[in-house]
Amino acid sequence: MGTKIIFYIVAGLMILFSILSVSTTRVIRAAVYLLFVMMLMGGIYFLFGYNFLAGVQLTVYSGGIAVLIVIAVLLVHNIDHRMEKIPLIEYLWKGSVLLGGSILTIFTINQFPFKRIAGTEDVSVSKIGTQLLSLGEGGFILPFEVISILLLAVMVAAIIIAKGEVTKNEEK
Amino acid sequence: MIEGITVYDVLAVSTIIFFIGIFGFVTRKNLISLLISTELMLNAVALNFVIFNKFLYPGQIQGYVFSLFLIAVAAAEVALAIAIIISLYRMDNSVDADDMDTLKG
Repeated sequence: MGTKIIFYIVAGLMILFSILSVSTTRVIRAAVYLLFVMMLMGGIYFLFGYNFLAGVQLTVYSGGIAVLIVIAVLLVHNIDHRMEKIPLIEYLWKGSVLLGGSILTIFTINQFPFKRIAGTEDVSVSKIGTQLLSLGEGGFILPFEVISILLLAVMVAAIIIAKGEVTKNEEK
Repeated sequence: MIEGITVYDVLAVSTIIFFIGIFGFVTRKNLISLLISTELMLNAVALNFVIFNKFLYPGQIQGYVFSLFLIAVAAAEVALAIAIIISLYRMDNSVDADDMDTLKG
């Protein structure tokens, strides 16, 4: 019973902060509300017993991505910058279309009978580590390597794109 | 299985967050706001992976591992997107999506 109450509180806060994040006119506040959503998502992972994933969520999302977005906002905007308000008519028709879409999606999901496969409850971190680097059946070595190459390529590309000024000067 | 919480409850939460992300994506014109909306959608999808793994296939790790990969790809995507946004800001002095027409013929 206690777990259920905590889940509903966390889910309610998460939806509230998501709405605030897309509806506020200040970009810096939107970034901070996004940080709250990410931390609450980590809380849900903790609630389900996925402690390693919750730790990764908190370090990479709330510790890395949110801070990166805040720094980008500070680099391109004044801290008091306000975005233009969304016109009410646009708010209403886009909001009602998407509200209808989400209600339809939830209704359809509720029609589907999900079947549970029996199995042991907990997943240990050592099992994940072994499977991630396993060459055998059910191993994830190939996606793991692809992701590491992707991260390296993205880091190099980010540096080159963000330093675009230098290459432009050299061409002259 | 956690007492009292069904797979439908969690799927409803992730659906609502995903649609809020779409709402932000179609209403905002600021590039950083678009990035924030994308992050909301990615978070909802990661929650979906976790919940299917936890409630339908307990003891297996596919959903778990895909959530980890999703987080890594999201981090890479944000780093690249912010580099592009800063570079565009240097060029046009604006981060409005309507001003981004450099590649237009």
